[in-house]
Amino acid sequence: MSSSMIIGQYVPGNSVIHRLDPRTKIAIIFFFVLIVFFANSVMSYGLLTLFAAGSAISTKIPANYLIKGLLPVWFLIVFTFLLHLFVTKEGEVFFSFLSFEFYTGGLIQGLAISLRFFLLILVTSLLTLTTTPIEITDAIESMLGPLKKIRFPVHELALMMSISLRFIPTLMQETEKISKAQASRGVDFRTGPVKERIKAVVPLLVPLFVSAFKRAEELAMAMEARGYQGGEGRTKLRELHTGRLDIYAYFLFVLVIIGLFITRS
Amino acid sequence: MSHFIEFRNVSFRYREDQPWVLVNVSFTVQADEWLAIIGHNGSGKSTIAKLMNGLLLPQQGEIFVDGIAVNEESIWDIRKRVGMVFQNPDNQFVGTTVRDDVAFGMENHGLPRQLMLKRVQSSLAAVGMSDYQAHEPHRLSGGQKQRIAIASVLAVAPQLIILDEATAMLDPKGRLEIMETIRQVQETQDLSLITITHDLKEVIKADRVLVMNQGRTWLEGTPREVFAAKDALRDIGLDTPFVTKLAAELTAAGLTIQREPLNHQELLEELWTLHSKM
Repeated sequence: MSSSMIIGQYVPGNSVIHRLDPRTKIAIIFFFVLIVFFANSVMSYGLLTLFAAGSAISTKIPANYLIKGLLPVWFLIVFTFLLHLFVTKEGEVFFSFLSFEFYTGGLIQGLAISLRFFLLILVTSLLTLTTTPIEITDAIESMLGPLKKIRFPVHELALMMSISLRFIPTLMQETEKISKAQASRGVDFRTGPVKERIKAVVPLLVPLFVSAFKRAEELAMAMEARGYQGGEGRTKLRELHTGRLDIYAYFLFVLVIIGLFITRS
Repeated sequence: MSHFIEFRNVSFRYREDQPWVLVNVSFTVQADEWLAIIGHNGSGKSTIAKLMNGLLLPQQGEIFVDGIAVNEESIWDIRKRVGMVFQNPDNQFVGTTVRDDVAFGMENHGLPRQLMLKRVQSSLAAVGMSDYQAHEPHRLSGGQKQRIAIASVLAVAPQLIILDEATAMLDPKGRLEIMETIRQVQETQDLSLITITHDLKEVIKADRVLVMNQGRTWLEGTPREVFAAKDALRDIGLDTPFVTKLAAELTAAGLTIQREPLNHQELLEELWTLHSKM
């Protein structure tokens, strides 16, 4: 049934990380992505790895779920490592095989870059794993708030995001319905040459678009009937709250940054 | 006596090169009244609904809501007083969860958060959906979504609720659910109600019925009076309920049905007392 339909990869839970204000999470992750590039010693990498691993463990999300989630990027991480190993020719030769010579510099750089890559992906996926899409939307609306002064349509952007999130399951159900209706009329989506299968998508997409436009029109009418007149003078039911937990998180993160600059060589 | 809604010689067309959808329509709705508007497709009944809260503005004539003339400046004020539920359950659900959707109207009108929290509770309780606060729309049935739509309208505390074919896309069970919810809401809350439908079965409980045909008000009266005009109703393309048809057949067969029956119970009443009246 559709009740199991999950948008994005959010894993419900009540861990410390789940309970953090989404703005805190976004801010910390943003700066983490920046400081990862400052690490250059074993100690500094160790510190960042400790921080990322600690965060991942405290989400209480099973490790195999995390690893499975990173599956598509494992290839990239390994590829980066191998590329550096083969191409970089610094330091001493520590191993040679047939006509290939592997240098220590290449090994170290390969390890460092792929670790960096791994940390970035792990930490950013922690955000989407522990925060609902609508929380992220709220956080973005709140964090971009100052841009309203230069007439950037922050509220409209957030509304667009939340309406898209709202209609993803609806349109998915509709797609399923249309594809069944078309299949019953003899459209074959699964077999045949690629060209034919691409053509078969057309009778699926056309009704889907027509109905999406109709929905949009009716939704706009319903929103207007309910008094929607833009972000001006609007109040919000959903509230973001920065609490003590968030202050602890920031404090810990500042310590990590200081630690990083001490352990850098 | 002041009317809550007054249409004064209203005419409307969507574009200048198109025919008039409404022609010289005048009627009133009292406070606390339940008015049903029926008519076949294209009779102009949905247009009336959209005119009442300023989604459309008439080319001729005037509309007053609670004594305020409907025009560009007053529409936001009027939309606070007039709530509307539309036909398609999916296309009027704005929030990502039930709670967010009920709050949407209140957020638009800038109500304080504490009041919103209270009203979300009370209006969900009024439609019997208190246990569904965190549900996403795709996990609700059509009837449940329509009940949420009614709750969202109630939350803004309007004086009038318009249901524009709110049951048309539902299965029989959902339809019953909504009719029952509407009846309860009308009984317990202090508000006027306008239901727009093409199904004569849904007008039985209304106080007054307005029959629309080709953009004009064609007949106005109590449900009983309207049902009595069954032949004329059939001529303008409205299907009368089974009980009404049966009563007509019985009359044709020589029985005297004195009071036009609205439901099975009333017909039964007529039949078993028939002998004593003769």
